[in-house]
Amino acid sequence: MLPLWQLTVAEAAAAMDRGDMSAVDLCEAYLARIGALNDGLGAFLTVSADLARIQAAQADARRAAGERGPLLGIPYALKDLFVTAGLRTTAGSRMLADYVPPYDATVYRRLQVAGAVLLGKLNMDEFAMGSSNEFSAYGAVRNPWDRERVAGGSSGGSAAAVAAGLCAFSLGTDTGGSIRLPASFCGVTGFKPSYGRVSRYGMVAFASSLDQAGTLTRTARDAALVMGAIAGQDPLDATSADKVVEGYAAGLSGRLDGLRVGLAIPEAGDAEQAQLLTDARRILEAAGATVEDVRATADEALIVPTYVVLVTAEASANLARYDGIRYGHHVPGDDLAAMLGAGRGQGFGAEVRRRILMGTYVLASGYQDAYYGQACRVRELVRRRLEATLSPEGGLDLIVGPTTAGPAFPLGAKLTDPVAMYRNDIYTIPANLAGLPAISVPAGFSAGPAGPLPLGLQIVGRRWAEATVLRAADAFQARDDSWRRRPVMATSAASA
Amino acid sequence: MATDNPADGYELVIGLETHVQLATASKMFCACAAGAAGAEPNSLCCPTCLGLPGALPATNAQAVALAVRLGLALGCEVHEATRFERKNYFYPDLPKGYQISQYRRPLCTDGALPLGTGGERRLVRIERLHLEEDTGKLEHGAHASLIDYNRSGLPLVEIVTRPDLRTPDEAALYIETLRQLLRWLGVSSGRMADGALRVDVNCSLRPAGQEALGTKVEVKNLNTITAVRDSLVYEQVRQARLLAAGQTIKHETRGWLEDQGRTVGQRSKEQAADYRYFPEPDLPPLVLPEGLRSAAAALVPELPWQRRDRFEIQLGLRADEARLLTRNRTTADYFELALQALPEAPRALAAWMVGPLFALLNSAGMEMEAAAAVVAPDALAELVGMVEARRIGASTGKGLLARMLSSGERAPAIVAREGLEQVDDQTLLTAWVEGALAANAKAVADWRAGKTGVQGFLIGAVMKASGGKADTARVRAMVEAALGAPPDARHAADSEASE
Repeated sequence: MLPLWQLTVAEAAAAMDRGDMSAVDLCEAYLARIGALNDGLGAFLTVSADLARIQAAQADARRAAGERGPLLGIPYALKDLFVTAGLRTTAGSRMLADYVPPYDATVYRRLQVAGAVLLGKLNMDEFAMGSSNEFSAYGAVRNPWDRERVAGGSSGGSAAAVAAGLCAFSLGTDTGGSIRLPASFCGVTGFKPSYGRVSRYGMVAFASSLDQAGTLTRTARDAALVMGAIAGQDPLDATSADKVVEGYAAGLSGRLDGLRVGLAIPEAGDAEQAQLLTDARRILEAAGATVEDVRATADEALIVPTYVVLVTAEASANLARYDGIRYGHHVPGDDLAAMLGAGRGQGFGAEVRRRILMGTYVLASGYQDAYYGQACRVRELVRRRLEATLSPEGGLDLIVGPTTAGPAFPLGAKLTDPVAMYRNDIYTIPANLAGLPAISVPAGFSAGPAGPLPLGLQIVGRRWAEATVLRAADAFQARDDSWRRRPVMATSAASA
Repeated sequence: MATDNPADGYELVIGLETHVQLATASKMFCACAAGAAGAEPNSLCCPTCLGLPGALPATNAQAVALAVRLGLALGCEVHEATRFERKNYFYPDLPKGYQISQYRRPLCTDGALPLGTGGERRLVRIERLHLEEDTGKLEHGAHASLIDYNRSGLPLVEIVTRPDLRTPDEAALYIETLRQLLRWLGVSSGRMADGALRVDVNCSLRPAGQEALGTKVEVKNLNTITAVRDSLVYEQVRQARLLAAGQTIKHETRGWLEDQGRTVGQRSKEQAADYRYFPEPDLPPLVLPEGLRSAAAALVPELPWQRRDRFEIQLGLRADEARLLTRNRTTADYFELALQALPEAPRALAAWMVGPLFALLNSAGMEMEAAAAVVAPDALAELVGMVEARRIGASTGKGLLARMLSSGERAPAIVAREGLEQVDDQTLLTAWVEGALAANAKAVADWRAGKTGVQGFLIGAVMKASGGKADTARVRAMVEAALGAPPDARHAADSEASE
């Protein structure tokens, strides 16, 4: 039998239903693995072992009482951006080093109802600003496939933890690719639902009009199971949508008959990407889809600047609440300006400060229309063009292409070049600008100097067509076993 | 006329911005109770109104409905689709570092509030009315400043007028009229002491006859009507003196020092904050739900100035009576209910209300609402009807009203029990008159000598003899008849000739 930590969510739930193991057994297996491996990865910022053991015991009791559920007793972890009552929530920032929230994020509540077991809180780029997870106040997350490389960001801890088998699934957030990019770099499945599909209540805001919670799992099936628990309207989030949540897992037929898929071929693609797309075409066609070539992304040159203006503008306001008065890093000062300047200057890292400054600038009177106003107009254009393609009128059901321009890069490689760092998200941003559901699935490997490095295939669907995206990802994984491959983890002798 | 007033020769131009707290059950964007006044500090707060990480706003539909009701009453254009924006600035009482407000697309625009009455009526144009959330409240101590977030997130409407007001009294009248309307509509308590109605004035001075406006000065946070009037009087003189001395007016924000009776410069507009407004991404556009507008319109009753006009024109009430009877809706409704029971005597009813009833309420410190619970409108009508029918005397009626207010008894019951009905018996009346004249021979002699003023004394003597049960008018006629023709009529020609 496989070590317990290697089971998918679906397999683990089935094993518990059969009585092959308990939730407490599974929880202990993960806690042991975290103890053995986390120091080398930096994935967890907080391990809530006591809470996990309580929740696991409760899950066993519920199962013993006859309750069944796909997440009952399944150990998971949350990006440290979701607030958890009584459990420190840092958002990867020194600003919130000691912040213990008094309330629960809606997704955490829903996962408690589903009986999932919280193992702890995961590392991330500070306030989700970054695509390498090097901008955490608590150190970079290392890639389980090559610890000298980045895990990707900003949900780097969420991706690395699932890849390394430190939890069965995790939640992340995706503003411009922050779930899909680290999923691609770490060889796991990362799903960003449509904007408005999952509640943002209790999710520390970066850029409110783009932020979306989503899942990091081994498989698309696991993503469907987790989505079944967290998706759906929340009265506490006015931007969450009143849309029927379909039975995502039940819709995973393995077949894509009748679907039209556009294959987005990057203009500057390399041989590795060409191979990835060739394989994808073959697999999708084998599953019954019709595949055609499409231009990768309209207005590619505008995507990143538009995104940067929008997210920095919103972030400059969203982060204004960190004044150190009610909570957060506080530095006494002679007057309000001195207190705010010192507290925010020390509490925020350099990248966060950079983005607040940019955002303040692009909203400033006299500049706002040229920057923020223009970005809003481009966003609308991108949204309309994508909708025109991905619609009954445009004909396409899905657009498929590489998630990233290449595999995980070495730590530090882009730290001095913010523009190069922002460009990591070039393939993932359009789905955020248009609010579309998108998933990254493991799809082959690049030959790295220290061994294989995962590559990701991105599948983007129509707004609210989560079911179609998950079905396509599942059909792909039924015909490609990249997702099965695990990084070779050098563990200490004591661990399993 | 003396012209040592330095403001003579200048015209004061005033625009007002008022913040009105809406009378909702909960806050603007969260479920916290909205009863901030008097509550334990920081007891009415949640993650949303404290601006905790991750918390989100959700719009209070009741606040939107009340704002629409007010907008409709002010004759505004109410816009079906608007939006909220973030107004960004740092201050410790502003927990998110931005205030959710409306900027480019306010809920209501282009209305008017009528002031005064009849030929004196003026329209003050309303430029805009928008929704926003309140901030917390700072209290500065010797060693520390304390913040109470109970008020944070309370629903406000900001109402901005055009610069249509010209005098401090007119500005005060605008606030009084607005407050009357707020209470009339039930959209706000309008209580300035609780901060439910707060005023910023914008004012400038220009030489009389000049069209271009002078430099605008803003005086912020005026919390009484007196402060509105006094600060404007002060500014009018201050600015006139500067202009007369050839100096320029600084474009600035000033504060009102109540105890010193003067304004003081706070912030020049050149260093004013850039609020970097942008659409609030946490809220979808504010689109009025189907039926909200018509539901709000159904809750806009006949407005105070409309009712006042009707009382004057249709019922023939005096202007001051109409004004007093429409000072609040309870009073006006009470009057109209009483009128239903006594439709033939609107003027008598009005006189009884603004006269004896209001006097009794004033001295008892009693609100109209409480009075109405004790003396029903038809009970007042019954009393007034008895006086009108001369079944009881007016002074008996006044005494009855006081007793009705304390006991809740109705007039006929008291009258019957205590035999207060007016005496109709001519023989008895004649006896009282004759008795009174006989007992006051000196007064009668005075009267004959031309001191006609004693007639009232003689009538009073008869009334006293009757125990108040005689009809005053009838007694007067009888006294006059008994005394014969008035001496002034006899002497009028002589006295005129002698002059």
